Amino acid sequence: MSNPGQAGANDSTYRRNAMIKSILVTVVCVLLTLICLVPIYILIVNSTHTDTALRENPSRFFFGSALGENMNTLTNHLPADARKALVRTARQYAGTFNLGRGYLNSLIIAGCTTVLTVFFSAMTAYGIVVYDFKLKGAAYTFIIGVMMIPVQVSSAGFVRFMYSLHLINNFIPLIVPAIAAPAVIFYMHSYMKSNFPLAIVEAARIDGCGEFKTFMEISIPMMKPAMAVQAIFAFVANWNNYYTQNMILKNDNMKTVPIMVSNVLAFDKNVDYGVNYLCISLSILPIVIVYFALSKYIVGGVALGGVKE
Amino acid sequence: MASAAQNRIKSISYAKYGYMFIAPFFLVYCFFQIWPLIYTFILSFKGNQSNNAAWVGMDNYSTILFGQGMAQGASGTHDEFAKALGNTFILWFGNFIPQILLSLLLAVWFTDAKIKFPSWEVPAKVKKTDAHTGKETVEMGTKTIDSKGFFKVVMYMPNIITAASVAALYVNLFGDSKYYFVNSLLMNMGLVSESNPIRFVTDPSISKGMVMFIQTWLWFGNTMIMLMSGILGIAPDLYEAADIDGANSWQQFWNITLPLLQPIMVYTLVTSMIGGLQMFDLPYLYHQGAQFSRELETVAVFIYYNFNKGTVDQANYGYAGAASIIIFAITAILGSITFYTNRDKDEEAKKKQRKKAEKQLKERQKQGGGFTI
Repeated sequence: MSNPGQAGANDSTYRRNAMIKSILVTVVCVLLTLICLVPIYILIVNSTHTDTALRENPSRFFFGSALGENMNTLTNHLPADARKALVRTARQYAGTFNLGRGYLNSLIIAGCTTVLTVFFSAMTAYGIVVYDFKLKGAAYTFIIGVMMIPVQVSSAGFVRFMYSLHLINNFIPLIVPAIAAPAVIFYMHSYMKSNFPLAIVEAARIDGCGEFKTFMEISIPMMKPAMAVQAIFAFVANWNNYYTQNMILKNDNMKTVPIMVSNVLAFDKNVDYGVNYLCISLSILPIVIVYFALSKYIVGGVALGGVKE
Repeated sequence: MASAAQNRIKSISYAKYGYMFIAPFFLVYCFFQIWPLIYTFILSFKGNQSNNAAWVGMDNYSTILFGQGMAQGASGTHDEFAKALGNTFILWFGNFIPQILLSLLLAVWFTDAKIKFPSWEVPAKVKKTDAHTGKETVEMGTKTIDSKGFFKVVMYMPNIITAASVAALYVNLFGDSKYYFVNSLLMNMGLVSESNPIRFVTDPSISKGMVMFIQTWLWFGNTMIMLMSGILGIAPDLYEAADIDGANSWQQFWNITLPLLQPIMVYTLVTSMIGGLQMFDLPYLYHQGAQFSRELETVAVFIYYNFNKGTVDQANYGYAGAASIIIFAITAILGSITFYTNRDKDEEAKKKQRKKAEKQLKERQKQGGGFTI
């Protein structure tokens, strides 16, 4: 620091370097953002073009005007004078991608599983944190141990078992297992450990509050932030769950949105590119909109679900 | 004052409530997970298709692992499984490496205070609380929009989209003819001829590359946020001290961030590995036409395809079961190796010392004639 002039020069180089780095980083981030958003944008643009237009030139970057037309084909609301080929196409799509049914089934499954997962995981975590019992340590170790077992490992036995119980084409095997979610319990457990004072339970007992009532009326309101984050994740995971749903639900009336999309993908004749794009858009958009509305909680919650030092 | 009530409470055993609260989890878990797992294990010793009631011992395992089973087409099944296992590792490795590098780079950037992301002041309604009356009023003011938050939100977005829809989207963008977006774009630019489009979906290596890319696209935001939380957990004074000592950002990354990030890195590695072993939706659905692509068949697809063929009498529960148990074993081994090699060595040493001290204490007590302290 003997030479102030040199220090000033160093300072300005330092600042210039920091600025160059900032610009570079921003450019890379903008590029990655584009890579994330462009496929979705193209998808939406292409669902507003007719099949004929897309066959002529599929690389379109601007919105067309055929969204309503594609929607009519998908829902099989064609004008009386429609071409025969179009009628066949519309019948094929409407039979496979039943929009209302798909959303309803997905909503029922995702909604019920979310409620069950969040409630019972909070309950299990509460049981382990609050009470002292002989198998407490063993129970917690078990939950941690099974957290990482992949679904695929037991799915052959699961499906065979469901066949023997006549629960194929039934929502029960998709909804009831949500009661047991080890990863969510792990999260709730660590949340309670750091945010739930046990003295409150003691105080409630002295005031004569029953054990279950204490859980319902004192603990649950205090767990709300953790439950909200886990509810969002549980909903998204179950809405997107193609694997289990596809092996249990065989009946057309019970199919969910991901299954319908995969069936549309398998068409090899009467393919209408515009309607294809529309189907995919309709399956993606609700969850993307919900995501941007709740993004603050989701992005904040991802890290909380991980291990904490 | 409250001692009577407190004493009464102390004398009650609450253990039974503990069991009551955790009972639903264990009942459901045993019924829907543990039993199916045991049942899968049993099925792996039974026959396939209409022979599914017969006990065949290790036959399915020897078919799958060595192609030497008694069943018809044993060597074909073995080849298919071996290929699926190879595909699984290639696809996992090919998405994990770029994903972790990209996520690490972004996580370091997003947590670096020296990097300034552009931000804008925009007019917005602002809630104001009057200091004297405590009344809330809404006024026009300015709000700062930080591009960093926007970047994070957008980069995480692919992770919440249904994988089935993502597969469908990419097939419709990258299809193998002039009727699909990317090929048509390349043809319009004159880079590809119409008769010879790039086979993004059907070519064995290009389609693998595509699945790796899509998998990275889906997961890098998630990994980035995980790693960011790990970096934010590192004490900032370490970086301050390094700054004063004149360490540049590369030295800081190599000597502070990376070693202290190890636990989160191990967690990411293990979860990604287990996720990689169960990779299903994307490889199964990334194809054109009715049949899935054999070039992308992973072990999860192999298992699924074998038990999901038609009715119970047409499905190969034996092969599916044996493959499941093999995957289970691989998961367990990989998981424990990673945890063992990356365990906290200081903590381990401390534990050993503690145990040694306890032992010595006990011995001393024994020598002292059974006195306890």
